[in-house]
Amino acid sequence: MSNPHSAFQFNNVVGERTFSFVDLADLMAKATPARSGDRLAGVAAESAEERAIAQMTLADLPLTIFLEQTLIPYEDDEITRLIIDDHDKLAFTPISHLTVGGFRDWLLSDIATPDALISIRAGVTPEMAAAVSKIMRNQDLILVAKKCHVKTAFRNTIGLPGHLSTRLQPNHPTDDLTGIAASMLDGLLYANGDAVIGINPATDNVQQATRLIKMMDEVIQHYEIPTQSCVLTHVTNTIECIEQGAPVDLVFQSIGGTQATNDSFGFNLANLAEAQDAALSLNRGTVGNNVMYFETGQGSSLSANAHHGLDQQTCETRAYAVARKFNPLLVNTVVGFIGPEYLYDGKEIARAGLEDHFCAKLLGLPMGCDVCYTNHAEADQNDMDNLLTLLGVAGCTFIMGIPGSDDIMLNYQTTSFHDALYARRVLGLKPAPEFDAWLARMEIFKNNEKFTLNNQLPDAFKQSLNRMIGGRS
Amino acid sequence: MSQKETTSPQTQQSLKSEEAVTENPWQKLNAFTDARVGLGRAGVSVPTKHLLAFQLAHAQAIDAVHTQLDTKQLATTLTEQDWAPDCAPLILHSRATDRATYLQRPDYGRRLDYQSANILDEHTAMNQQPYDLVIAVVDGLSSLAIEQNTVSFLNALFTHLKKPESAENDTESNWSIAPICIVKQGRVAIGDDICQRLNAKCVLVLIGERPGLSSPDSLGLYLTWEGKTGLTDASRNCISNIRPAGLVYQEAARKAFYLLNEARTLKLSGVKLKDRSDDDLVLDKSTESHNFLTN
Repeated sequence: MSNPHSAFQFNNVVGERTFSFVDLADLMAKATPARSGDRLAGVAAESAEERAIAQMTLADLPLTIFLEQTLIPYEDDEITRLIIDDHDKLAFTPISHLTVGGFRDWLLSDIATPDALISIRAGVTPEMAAAVSKIMRNQDLILVAKKCHVKTAFRNTIGLPGHLSTRLQPNHPTDDLTGIAASMLDGLLYANGDAVIGINPATDNVQQATRLIKMMDEVIQHYEIPTQSCVLTHVTNTIECIEQGAPVDLVFQSIGGTQATNDSFGFNLANLAEAQDAALSLNRGTVGNNVMYFETGQGSSLSANAHHGLDQQTCETRAYAVARKFNPLLVNTVVGFIGPEYLYDGKEIARAGLEDHFCAKLLGLPMGCDVCYTNHAEADQNDMDNLLTLLGVAGCTFIMGIPGSDDIMLNYQTTSFHDALYARRVLGLKPAPEFDAWLARMEIFKNNEKFTLNNQLPDAFKQSLNRMIGGRS
Repeated sequence: MSQKETTSPQTQQSLKSEEAVTENPWQKLNAFTDARVGLGRAGVSVPTKHLLAFQLAHAQAIDAVHTQLDTKQLATTLTEQDWAPDCAPLILHSRATDRATYLQRPDYGRRLDYQSANILDEHTAMNQQPYDLVIAVVDGLSSLAIEQNTVSFLNALFTHLKKPESAENDTESNWSIAPICIVKQGRVAIGDDICQRLNAKCVLVLIGERPGLSSPDSLGLYLTWEGKTGLTDASRNCISNIRPAGLVYQEAARKAFYLLNEARTLKLSGVKLKDRSDDDLVLDKSTESHNFLTN
């Protein structure tokens, strides 16, 4: 199959035709289920048949090829160096003899128990995860992800089996504190916010971030909420906030899977290490010390013209090497935000969401998903209902929660507070245990087992609400 | 077969009397934010009234993306304005042949098609003089934004560009303006192609922004000094959310005119051109913005 004298590294004869693939990157790209971003990059398979042949060719490759052939040169890219240098050969041993296709069978088999999957984690590279995901059906991605248990903690415990957490996202187009507080109250009373209360600031600077961090800290302390806060500002801003004494719980950064992508985001691995150290020095976690919150999403490398000819899903999975270096509390794939030039419709968005969730879980990350779309994508609420349900079944760590699905700052639609309660009810998924106990204590839930909300306004919030709207409520 | 289930009259009565929708006591908070707070619930789901309101907003946003810009009507209206340049608007098209292609190939939306490039080249060949400014009206992701805001915004802008006192003898503040270019299936960077071909000093792109659920009609404005193909957004200045419910026309025109003058003075645009048009305004939002949850 491999011929060193040909211009093509991989050739596969099917009937009378020979299908040829230039190199491993080309083969990976052409084996990827169809999506607009790979067509835009010019790396996608040119026919359905070529894609199927690429998948067969990829399935026959040994997993070890990803240790021998780097998709982006070791010398050129600090993420390649991270992947190679941190690879754990001992953890890899039980699967080292497998092909990509054999790895799929192994993952689906009864050998791959939750404990077995944890034990091989450090031996799996992002490229191995990406490769096997390309030949897996949606149900395979769901089944294996559900077996991958990833537990993290800060002020509560995230990721226990049978649990689903939510990020309360009270964004406001002018960072107006009243508007933010209104969305926070709405979310808390709809039992949302155990993953994090996280604001995307409209004005992105140190002063504004500090103002919002303090505001959220006051609320968390006042109501003794077992959760954590985060302002999604640049990592270097958060470091400054910490230096100036702001009560920072989690450090945020958008990350990509190539060094050039992260250059375009204005950070490198050393910045993340510095930020993690700074946040740890505050020692604000009560039940754990996972202090990082990362966001990812297919297409960011192509968007930054930093994809090195790789397909967007492989780039995305390489970002998980960055994430797992820093033991995050949460990782969030913002799957439908980037737009239809990368993921065209509801079908492509759903596939990408399941791939990202599976690959991240296989690599040991607490993966959540911003189940979302923009108004220029071929998608609607029904597509989001489908993906939310699939991810709930797959054991997704967390989803977003926003009033009525409408983010009035970022102008896109994501899951609502109501949506999370729907997922809890149909799938029996509970919030983080510490937060669940708080919901009962505050009388937000009338019945935690049935996810029944209190019909009355809980006492603890009456005074606050009266301050704002007056009268009896 | 299981026994036929019967319901007592009492049960029937209680099923009827219990309200299916639970209103939220904090519903009035929606006076302080556009966020969809306090929607109430049917069980844990969004009540019918709010579900349908959401669907309508989404439908309007979708229509804004997919409805074609009526270029002829727009050209006619623009020609009727008293500030209209002598030459009639030029109607152009990008290399994206239809909306589906446009949405998936941003690279096509950034370049003029062959015929449009010819129209501009011919205009330039006949018209030797360089222009100070070309205004490109581009459908982008919302034809609705263009239809609803373009004329009103340009009315406001031209009160600055064509002030009576700045006529003839004052060449410093006089702007020679190219025919307005109306572009279908275009992205912001198509202005660079236009600027270069018309030999203009700078280009102002008015473009329909990605529609939000409650803002399907938002107009964006991008200024690029010496636009030429290959520039990135780092070379541009942007004014966003121009619409009656957002940044109003007079305010947007004031900012745009400020940027135009600064660009002409500094001979550049983008990150090095800082928008200080608001520096004189006293910004104190501390009284109106209040975290009522804790104090």
